[in-house]
Amino acid sequence: MAAPAAAPTVLRRTPLYELHRELGAKLIDFGGWEMPVQYAGILEEHRAVRERVGLFDVSHMGEFDVTGPDALACLQFLTPNDVAKLADGRIHYSAFLTERGTFVDDLLVYRKSADRYLLVVNAGNTPKDFAWAAEHARGDVKIVDASSDTALIAVQGPKAEALLARAASPDPSDLPYYGFRDTAVCGAATLVSRTGYTGEDGFEIYCRPEDAPRLFRTLLDEGRADGAVPCGLGARDTLRLEAKMALYGNDIDDTVTALEADLGWIVKLGKGDFIGRDALAAQKQAGVPRRLVGFEMVDRGIARHGYPARTAAGPGLVTSGTHSPTLGKPIGLALLPAAAAAVDTTFHVDIRGRDAAARVVATPFYKRSD
Amino acid sequence: MNPEDLRYADSHEWVRIDADVGTIGITDHAQKQLGEIVYLELPEVGHMYDAGDEFGTVESVKAVSELFTPISGEVVEVNKGAIGEPGIINDDPFGDGWLIKLKVSTDVEIGKLMSADAYAEYVREEEQEK
Repeated sequence: MAAPAAAPTVLRRTPLYELHRELGAKLIDFGGWEMPVQYAGILEEHRAVRERVGLFDVSHMGEFDVTGPDALACLQFLTPNDVAKLADGRIHYSAFLTERGTFVDDLLVYRKSADRYLLVVNAGNTPKDFAWAAEHARGDVKIVDASSDTALIAVQGPKAEALLARAASPDPSDLPYYGFRDTAVCGAATLVSRTGYTGEDGFEIYCRPEDAPRLFRTLLDEGRADGAVPCGLGARDTLRLEAKMALYGNDIDDTVTALEADLGWIVKLGKGDFIGRDALAAQKQAGVPRRLVGFEMVDRGIARHGYPARTAAGPGLVTSGTHSPTLGKPIGLALLPAAAAAVDTTFHVDIRGRDAAARVVATPFYKRSD
Repeated sequence: MNPEDLRYADSHEWVRIDADVGTIGITDHAQKQLGEIVYLELPEVGHMYDAGDEFGTVESVKAVSELFTPISGEVVEVNKGAIGEPGIINDDPFGDGWLIKLKVSTDVEIGKLMSADAYAEYVREEEQEK
């Protein structure tokens, strides 16, 4: 068996690092952060989130506060989704795009009030995103990187609501999907949103770093009766892939446009000018040349990130691939020529030199029933 | 614990010799490093290998690892049960989770492999280097 690569240089740690070690986590380098990839095992953690409730440390994510009289106008220019449609206490999925309509990053926009917003960005992109936002911001607006003052715990799964109902005051159970409010969890001041990256119901709790270990531990203890377990990034990846949620660095990056990524629903060409608008309008007019699609394997094997694909309409690329714990078979995402992207189209993947047939399928691979 | 009657390779496979047939698997340490195994690829019966050749791959949710045979020979049996249910490699790496059996062509190679004690020491050293 080939030995795994040795651990690298200096990694950043979240406020929950010591707790992860105590809980027996296997730690890995994730975008420069020393993060738990798993505790008991990816399959078991995945199952816990689908059937019960799982707790994730996602404190490595970046948070920017955007405030000022021109905050709305500025975010309308910086992001493709229509921020004017957001009510106070509501969130939407959006992005920072290049002039070419490709991704600087994907992100969430939280509207606290007309002149106060919170952006949540990918950990590894935080410095790049902050510099990009500062460079392109316009008007009377202040953008502050609050990442190091913010810890983030995700509570995901069908039992998440019951757990938060016991632990939070006021109870966030009545929050709509993609809604948020300030509340106290285990007595600590937090912002709780009904969001997640798993395809399950769940919440994300933004708190102060010094409160994070106590919150994580208390929620875990409080949730034991419901079968709560700590979950690592391994399960987070299989969960998000089953729900067909894109991962920056795998499925999307600065070579993939928002339309190619099948994220046309966050691109509001009619809302006025924003960075990337002209390129996306032109691409929409001319036709989107390739599409991010879901696939299953026809032949045996797991097609993984970076494996070349071959279609009747030209080459493609596997962007994500894994064994789906819920479906019990290999699944993945691939960027394929538009002419080969229809459901049921067969294509081929080069799995380390072996040719394996795959088939485009409808997504998401998994959708919760309620 | 690593069984005393097996021989061990530095690529974390084990070999059990029974007359002229060598059974090959991966060690308990190797399966722990990989995590839950979800996919296994093994050769057809009749394939010939030299010591050090890759004979298959084993995959967990996160990782792919190549499998190397520590000895030369012809494949006389593959573990179809493990292909169908690769989790048995995690559950019983030295028993039901075996991978292939080779008809051994020479005794020389087996003598170069490690004993259970030497392998345990090797794993300790490898862990310290991390």
